[in-house]
Amino acid sequence: MTLLNLKAAVTFLILFPFVMAVIMYLIRNASLLRNLVAVVGGFSIMATAIMVGVKVLGLKGTTHNTFFTETVLADHVIMGGEVLLMCIVIFLSIKYKKYYAILLSALGTIPVLWMDLSGRAVEGAAHVRVDYLSAVMILIVGIVGILICIYACGYMKDYHNHHTEVGDRSNYFLALLFVFIGAMFGLIVSDNLGWIYFFWEITSVCSFLLIGYTRTEEAVNNSFRALWMNLLGGCGFAFGLMYCNIHFEIGTLSKLTTIIPRKDMLVMIPVTLFAFAALTKSAQFPFSRWLLGAMVAPTPSSALLHSATMVKIGVYMLIRLSPMLYGTFTGVMITVIGGFTFFAASLLAITVSDGKKVLAYSTISNLGLITACAGTGTTEGVWAATMLILFHAVSKSLLFQTVGDIENCMHSRDIEDMHGLIIKLPRLAFIMIIGICGMFMAPFGMLVSKWAALKSFVDSNSVWLVLFLVFGSGSTLFYWAKWLGKICTVIHQSYELEDITPKSEMISLVPLTCMIIIMCFAFPWMSNTMIQPILNEAFHKNIPNVIGGSDVVIMMIMVGMIFAIPIGSRFLAIGKKNKMTMSYVAGVNAGDDRHFIDSFGKERALYMSNWYMTEYFGEDKLLMPSIAISAVIVVVMLIIVIGGAI
Amino acid sequence: MAMVVLKVALYILLAPVLGGLMEGLDRVVSARMQGRQGPPLLQPFYDVYKLLAKQTTVVNSIQILFVIAYLIFTIFTGSLFFGGGDMLLVFFALSMSEVMMVLAAYSTNGPYSALGANRELLQMMCYEPMILLVAIGFYEANGSFMVSELAAAQNPAVFKIPGMLIGFIFILTIKFRKSPFDMSTSHHAHQEMVKGLTSDISGSNLAFYEIAEWYDQVLMMGIVAMFFISKNPVSIVVAIVMCVIFYLMETLIDNVFPRVKYITMLISSWVVILVTAGTNLLILSVLN
Repeated sequence: MTLLNLKAAVTFLILFPFVMAVIMYLIRNASLLRNLVAVVGGFSIMATAIMVGVKVLGLKGTTHNTFFTETVLADHVIMGGEVLLMCIVIFLSIKYKKYYAILLSALGTIPVLWMDLSGRAVEGAAHVRVDYLSAVMILIVGIVGILICIYACGYMKDYHNHHTEVGDRSNYFLALLFVFIGAMFGLIVSDNLGWIYFFWEITSVCSFLLIGYTRTEEAVNNSFRALWMNLLGGCGFAFGLMYCNIHFEIGTLSKLTTIIPRKDMLVMIPVTLFAFAALTKSAQFPFSRWLLGAMVAPTPSSALLHSATMVKIGVYMLIRLSPMLYGTFTGVMITVIGGFTFFAASLLAITVSDGKKVLAYSTISNLGLITACAGTGTTEGVWAATMLILFHAVSKSLLFQTVGDIENCMHSRDIEDMHGLIIKLPRLAFIMIIGICGMFMAPFGMLVSKWAALKSFVDSNSVWLVLFLVFGSGSTLFYWAKWLGKICTVIHQSYELEDITPKSEMISLVPLTCMIIIMCFAFPWMSNTMIQPILNEAFHKNIPNVIGGSDVVIMMIMVGMIFAIPIGSRFLAIGKKNKMTMSYVAGVNAGDDRHFIDSFGKERALYMSNWYMTEYFGEDKLLMPSIAISAVIVVVMLIIVIGGAI
Repeated sequence: MAMVVLKVALYILLAPVLGGLMEGLDRVVSARMQGRQGPPLLQPFYDVYKLLAKQTTVVNSIQILFVIAYLIFTIFTGSLFFGGGDMLLVFFALSMSEVMMVLAAYSTNGPYSALGANRELLQMMCYEPMILLVAIGFYEANGSFMVSELAAAQNPAVFKIPGMLIGFIFILTIKFRKSPFDMSTSHHAHQEMVKGLTSDISGSNLAFYEIAEWYDQVLMMGIVAMFFISKNPVSIVVAIVMCVIFYLMETLIDNVFPRVKYITMLISSWVVILVTAGTNLLILSVLN
C-alpha cells in the first residue's frame, strides 16, 4: 500500500461512517435488510481500519504519513459543520428551555469562526497525520466501536419490544452511532487543531443526542448536563486553539508538542487548556456526573461512550500532550486529579447496585488511572496508559453489552437480581465472568497495566499516586469480587431462563470475549509492536520491557491454570461422587435453600443481599465532597498556570 | 535453576508440616493463656487426617472446584515467593487465590457462607493496600521486586522500612482472621455466624481448605522474615526468631482483644497503613 492508498483508506474511514449513517437513517424499521447493511458496512469499515492499523504499525522509524495540506473545500465544509452543530444546540436548547447551553456553544464556536474567517488561522501544514498512536486508536475504534454498532442493531429491536413507551427512532439512533464512529476516526487522524476541535464538538453533540434518545425528563436533564460539561471543555479547547494560532502561530498538534516547556513557559497555557478539555471528556472529577447520567440511554450508546469512543478522546489527548506534562505544574495537577478520581470512584462503585452504574463508576475510576499515568509524562506512564486504554476498551464494551442482554432477558440490570445468574443464563454469565475477571484479576490484562502503572509511579517517586493506587486497588477488588460472587451463586431448583440474545449480538460478544483471553497471552507482543513505536515517536528513546522475562512466563502459567481447572474438573471425577445437601441454615431449612422456618413456624423466603456500605461511602456522602475537592484542584490549576503566565 | 526447583519442592513438602505445627503451637499457647490444658501439639494433623477420611457433603458441584483452585493457587503463590519470584506478582496471585475461596463461599447460597464471603472481601479490602505497599517498600529499600535479589541484600530491609513492618504485622491479624479481626470466620467458639466463610464446606473439602491455610501462614511468615534477611547468614537465625516472636504476638492479640465492628476494622487498618507505611514511603522518597 503506498502513501496514496493510505490517504484513500483514511478518507474512507472518516467519510464512509457518515454515508452509513445516512443509509441507516433511511431504513426506518428493524429488518433483516438493516442488520445486513450494518454488518456489511460495519465490517468493511473494520477491515479498512485493521488494514490501516497493520500497515502503519508495520512501518519502521518515525512515521511521515501526513497529507491534506491544501484543504480549502474541506475547511469550508468544516466551518459549515460547526455552524450546523451550533444551530442544533441552539434549537434544542430553546425547545427544552435550557438557555445556558446556547451561551457555552456560542462562546466556543463564534471566536473560532471569527479566527477562521479573518484569516488568522495558521494554514500550510498537513491537516492529517497517521502515526503509531493514531493507528492503535484506529484499531480500537474500528474493532470495538464497530462491534458495538452491529450489536446495537439486534439490541434496539429487543429494546423497543420491552420499552413500548419509548417511540421507535432506532434508525436515528443507529445513524448517530455511525456519525460518532466517523467523528472518532476524524479526531484521531487530525493534526490540525481546528479540525480536531470540529470533530471534538461533533462527539459532544452526538453524545448529547444519544443520551437524550428516550426523551423522558430524566434523559433530557442528563443529556443537557452532558452537553454543558462537554461544551465547557470545548470552550477550553477553543481558547487553547486560538492561543496557539494567534500567539504561537502554530496550527497543528504535532508542532505544539515539539516546543520544550522549559524554554517557553507560555506554551503551558494552551497545554493546560487542552488538558482541561480532556478532563471533561474523560469524565474525571469534578466532571463525572455527565457519564453517570449517560446510562439512561439504551445500552449500546453507553457501551460506545464508555469503551471505544467518548471518554477515550480525553485520555488520547493527554497521551499526546504527555511529553510536555513531564515535571510541570499542570502535569502534577493532572496526575493528582486522576489519582483522586481513581480512588474516589472506586469507593463509590461499592455502594451502588445498578449494574450499569457500577460499570460507569468503574469507567471513571479506570480513566482516572489512565489520566494519572499520562500526567506523569514518563515513558513507563505512557506505556501503562496505552495498555490500559486497550484492555479497558475491550473489557468494558463486553461488560456493557452483556448487562444489556441480561436486562433484555430478565428485565432488570440490578446486580442483586443477577443472583444465581450462572444457573439462569449460563452463557451470558460465563461471558460476564470473563469480562469481570478481565477488569481486575491476575493475570488478566487490566491488572498487567495496573502493575505497570504502579511501577511507573514508584519509579517517578510519586508517593501520593502510589497511595491512591494501592487503596483504590483494595476497593476495586471489593466491588468486582462481590459482583462475581453474585453471579457464581448456585441456587437449587432454579431454572434456566430463556436466553433471547439474538445471533447478531453474539457476532459482537464472542469476538470480544476471545479478544480478552487472547490479549492475556499477547500482551508482550502488543507491547513490542504497538506500544513501543508510540514511545519511540513521543519520547525518542527505547525503554526496556516494563514487564518482561520470567514474569511473563509465570503469567502464562497462571492463565493456563485458570482455564485448566474448570476443564480438568469436567473430565476428572472431582466432586462427582459427593453427597449433595442443602446449604446450612441452622437447621431450619424449609425443603429448599430459598426458604426457612421462622420462630412462629411460618415459612419465609430467604434472600441474601450483597454489602453496599452506603452509610459510609454512599453517593450522598461522598459524591459532592469529591466533586468539590477536585473542582478546587482544577480551578487552582487554571488560575496558577494562566494567571501566572499573564 | 536447580536451586529454585529445590526451594519450591522444599516449600511444597515442608510448608504444610510447618504450618500445621504453627497452628498446633497457637492452640497450645492459647490454651495456656486461658489456663486450660489444651490439645496436643499435633492436633491440627489429627483433625485434617480425620476430615480426609470423612464423607464429603457438598451443596453444589462447583463449590469443590473453587476450594481446590484456592489450594492450588495458594501453593502456586507460595512457590513463586520461595522460588524467588517477583514480589508484586506474588501478591497479585495471592489475591486471586483469596477470591477463589470467597467464590466458594458465595456459590453455596447459604446465609452464613454468604455473610462470611462478604466479610472476607472486606478483610481483603483492608489488607490489600498494605500488602502492595510492602512490595513497594522492599523495592524502595533494596531496589528490586525479585525475592531472590532481596534475600541477598546488603542490609536487612527493616532498617529502612520499619513502618512497613509495623503496618504488615497489623494487617497480619486481619489476614490470619485472629480476634479482634476474625470477621469472616473464626476459630473461636463465640461466632455469631457459625463458621462464616467455611460453614458449608465439609469433609475432605474442608481438609483442603485447612491445608491451604497452612501454606498461606508459612508464606506470610516468610514475608515477615524478608524484613530481616540480608546476605549475612546470621540474619536467617534473626529472621526465624523474629517470626516466632511475631507469631506468638498474634496469639496474644487473639486472646486479649474482643472482636470489633467492621467499620472499626476498616478505618483502623487504613489509618494504620497510612500512618506507618505511608509515612515510611514518604520519608524514603524524600531521601532517594
